[in-house]
Amino acid sequence: MAWTEVLTTNLLSPLTLCFALGVLVRRVRSEFALPKEMYQGIAIYLLFALGLKGGVELSHASFANIAKPALATLLLGCITPLTTYFVLRRLGRFSTSDAAGIAAHYGSVSAVTYIAANNFVTSMGISLEGFMPTLLALMETPGIQIALAIGAFQAAEKGRSFRSVLHEILTGRTMVLLVGGLLIGAFMDAKYWDDIKGFYDTKGSIFRGALCLFLLEMGVVAGDRLGDLKKVGAFLLAFGMIVPLIHGLLGVSLGVLAGLSVGGCTVLGTMAASASYIAAPPAVRITLPEANPTYSLTCALAITFPFNIVAGIPLYYQCARYLAGA
Amino acid sequence: MQTVMLKLVTIIGETVLAEQLSDELKSLGAKGFTATEVRGEGSRHLRAGDIPGHNVKIETIVSPAVASSILEHVVQKYFSHYAVIAYVTDVSVVRGEKYV
Repeated sequence: MAWTEVLTTNLLSPLTLCFALGVLVRRVRSEFALPKEMYQGIAIYLLFALGLKGGVELSHASFANIAKPALATLLLGCITPLTTYFVLRRLGRFSTSDAAGIAAHYGSVSAVTYIAANNFVTSMGISLEGFMPTLLALMETPGIQIALAIGAFQAAEKGRSFRSVLHEILTGRTMVLLVGGLLIGAFMDAKYWDDIKGFYDTKGSIFRGALCLFLLEMGVVAGDRLGDLKKVGAFLLAFGMIVPLIHGLLGVSLGVLAGLSVGGCTVLGTMAASASYIAAPPAVRITLPEANPTYSLTCALAITFPFNIVAGIPLYYQCARYLAGA
Repeated sequence: MQTVMLKLVTIIGETVLAEQLSDELKSLGAKGFTATEVRGEGSRHLRAGDIPGHNVKIETIVSPAVASSILEHVVQKYFSHYAVIAYVTDVSVVRGEKYV
């Protein structure tokens, strides 16, 4: 499939269109927003389904298959906060706290972007490794930790102990539902999967339908932030699109080296390119109080997230196809 | 009915601070507290949207001495970097011994 065709297919997917509607809704100052409880409810459902399905697939995977991709994922989790931090410090002349705060967001991973990539890959009609949600869980923690460690160390100021930050990340919603789901999926008797598959299958219509509503609300949230783009300046605007590209390419390359399929490489690249806006913000706010949340949240939500959804994912897919020689 | 004059300390701030603030209140001598989700905007222009979730309002009824140590603590630890306000009002309560 030609590059333009891939991009158009992605642009006309209901996910991208729902996101665009959300942004539009905010720009015309409509009152509309998904009720908070519903938004959280959908987030819970998406994460738990992702974990469950991943767990079921994980029970079929062998350690030998998953060892290299897991190593590549951990490596990415360690590299991405460092590159982000140094780019912001050296090129962007940001303060240590601001650089570390943004680095924590970019070192961690956005579950919604991950799901969108997953969705993109399956809609392209190619398969991907079933253990990808395990990799998602692996990437969540180290990035935030490393960035917060740099920030707290450089600023030589002790906010809150790292143990309590680690506790917060490990017991946060994403980890509880994702890892909990993975464990249940991996250990439950396989015959029960058929009973609940209709509801939790991540390739099923319920999951994809719920994802559309979630993307609609994400559009509203991102649309709210568009006004802040002026505040963050041209450097961060470029940063929010160029750094994901570099991370995405790195992720795809490491994926190829680890022996992942084209689909797997696309998703791993997307994970590396994405920036967290659920787990990272509270951890950064507490640990690095001097860091300006407007910078990190606007970058992650209003620049990098839409960039990945619209152009990034198809790009990483093309890179993966090229590098894997498919 | 017999009432006792005490101080009501109210702290309104970013939700991320709720847990550690309530722990700190207790260690400073408060016997209890009430936390409510609230919405609003202040001089920092930080609103709910800055970090998803609302602001939190924490109220506690304490002795005048505890009230001033809580205020001092909040001013020192949070005022420079967080969107937080704090104020004290006089309240008359029944069962005054509950709070001191």
